[in-house]
Amino acid sequence: MDALGILPQQLVFGLALGAIYGLIALGYTMVYGILLMINFAHGELFMIGAYVGWGVLIWLINANFGGLHPAWVVPLMLLMAMSVSGILGMSLERFAYRPLYTRGATRLGPLISAVGASIFLQNAVMLTQGARMKVYMTGLLFPRSWYIQVAGVRISALVLVMVGVALLLMWLLNLLVQRTTLGRCMRAVAEDREVAAVMGVNVRRIIAITFLLGSALGGAAGVLVGLYYTQIDFFMGYSAGLKAFTAAVLGGIGNLKGAMLGGIVLGLIESLAVTFLNPAYRDVVAFVVLILVLVFRPTGLLGETVPQANKV
Amino acid sequence: MQAERRRIVLGLALAVTAFGLPLVAPNDYVIGVAARICLYATLALGLNVVVGFAGLLDIGYVAFFGIGSYLYAFLASPHFGLHLPFLLALPLVVLGTALFGILIGAPTLRLGGDYLAIVTLGFGEITYLLLLNLDRPVNITNGPSGIIDIDPPRLFGHAMTGNTSYYYLFLVVLGLALIAANRLQHSRIGWAWQAIREDELAARAMGINTTVAKLQAFAIGASFAGFAGALLASWQRSVFPENFLFTESINVLAMVIIGGMGSLAGVILGAVVIVALPEVFRELQAYRLLVFGLMLMVLMIFRPQGILVPRSRAAPAARDAAEAKQPG
Repeated sequence: MDALGILPQQLVFGLALGAIYGLIALGYTMVYGILLMINFAHGELFMIGAYVGWGVLIWLINANFGGLHPAWVVPLMLLMAMSVSGILGMSLERFAYRPLYTRGATRLGPLISAVGASIFLQNAVMLTQGARMKVYMTGLLFPRSWYIQVAGVRISALVLVMVGVALLLMWLLNLLVQRTTLGRCMRAVAEDREVAAVMGVNVRRIIAITFLLGSALGGAAGVLVGLYYTQIDFFMGYSAGLKAFTAAVLGGIGNLKGAMLGGIVLGLIESLAVTFLNPAYRDVVAFVVLILVLVFRPTGLLGETVPQANKV
Repeated sequence: MQAERRRIVLGLALAVTAFGLPLVAPNDYVIGVAARICLYATLALGLNVVVGFAGLLDIGYVAFFGIGSYLYAFLASPHFGLHLPFLLALPLVVLGTALFGILIGAPTLRLGGDYLAIVTLGFGEITYLLLLNLDRPVNITNGPSGIIDIDPPRLFGHAMTGNTSYYYLFLVVLGLALIAANRLQHSRIGWAWQAIREDELAARAMGINTTVAKLQAFAIGASFAGFAGALLASWQRSVFPENFLFTESINVLAMVIIGGMGSLAGVILGAVVIVALPEVFRELQAYRLLVFGLMLMVLMIFRPQGILVPRSRAAPAARDAAEAKQPG
């Protein structure tokens, strides 16, 4: 088929992948919004989410679903992955980052600490789970025959579930941040940590909760990616993390809606690159777009303020 | 005066030890590790110009290392059939890499802080992907199979072989790089960089042309990396895209930071720690990277300013910490 013929199908894939990038990007953007810190270990939390989901899936399959209706399998995988990644993210903040930012260290300290955490988690997973890739038995949950046909484009049930879960989680997060007291506290801390503290916000608790939420979303994304690609390995967090980070910057880092938009735009750009250019240059196109956006619109698509922290 | 004399004595003692090392080293492997330390220390000194002196956070620095390696491979291997002599290829590589430094530095001039970091990260990834994929439609980089059979350096009529001779070459280069970095730090441009690092607006108000100064930092930093890259290519006798992954950028950045940013002795110490640590833990085989990651975290928690803190940086850091402790 010619390039234009496969374009609609590619755009559907791009959209699905973009929703996942957006989900991971939320974790980067939330942490950056509050601490002005790039949490390099976030990609690893995503990877660990994928492993936890795989573990739950294998366990349920071996137990013949334990009498559960198969429809419960994916929610259960998501729940476990989100809990483990969330708690792990919170522990990272407590033990690897908090000792640094409470002492007013240079801004590079937490970055290197996060890099250390990333190397540590990758190798911990490799040593305990082996270096070989694990296979998600997606076929058991979503048979290939489940799809809908829209205007000649085949959309599988899996893609619908992926996009549906991603959008649902984003909507819930948005609700939490915009409508609840906790969300107001988070916005206050992101705006000005010191003033928020004066107003009675428990800043440390809010930072911990931010890590919990962002990491949990990353874990959920790990399960969805596992289901989609059916293969996971301990190194998967590296490129996914880099892409999601790009998405966060593209949308305007620190901005939640920007992260979602950036993810989807990045996914679509990549699907266009795959369709019209050499697929090997997919990532090159993604990074070129990133650089162009930063040079000509340094605040990203939806960003308003440039972080003015020039000191390294 | 006393402290100055002690520093000179210490420096001389270290230099003598470094030169004597191959005589007492138990085997070739140790000399190889020492050679790598010298090579990476040279690389880290270059990044220190960009990050430590000028305060421009570059997390894609390995791109210049890769460009330097590949430029040398183009000029001295059967790949294009060019076999330029080492001493002619080297300045060309350094010049070429410096040009790339300006090319990549120019669009980032308006960006500050973290956005600059992200753009450099993007350039680093693009460089790696281009090295990996530019074997079609026209074969430039030979793709994933890399370029092999690169000429060894020929100095004074004979080709270099064996880790010992490379070790001495890298040691001499490191010495020259140290002198260059030291001269830069205390030059007019060095003061300009440090002024930009501390407060860009104030620096501009004092009449510093920040655009030119930043481009100079990028170009000079890149030329250190180009030099080191050419040495790497001639030592390995081959280059592959996998030599220049993002993790390498982070390794070099870690060298600059854990030693104590901006301090030249700290950069050398950082290179020793980052190169030697995984080797020391080699007995633990599979666990060495696990331990390495843990060490990075622990080091940052207990010595957030680096192991050696330069005096000029210690004071503001302490002040910042005091401010952070105040209720507010």
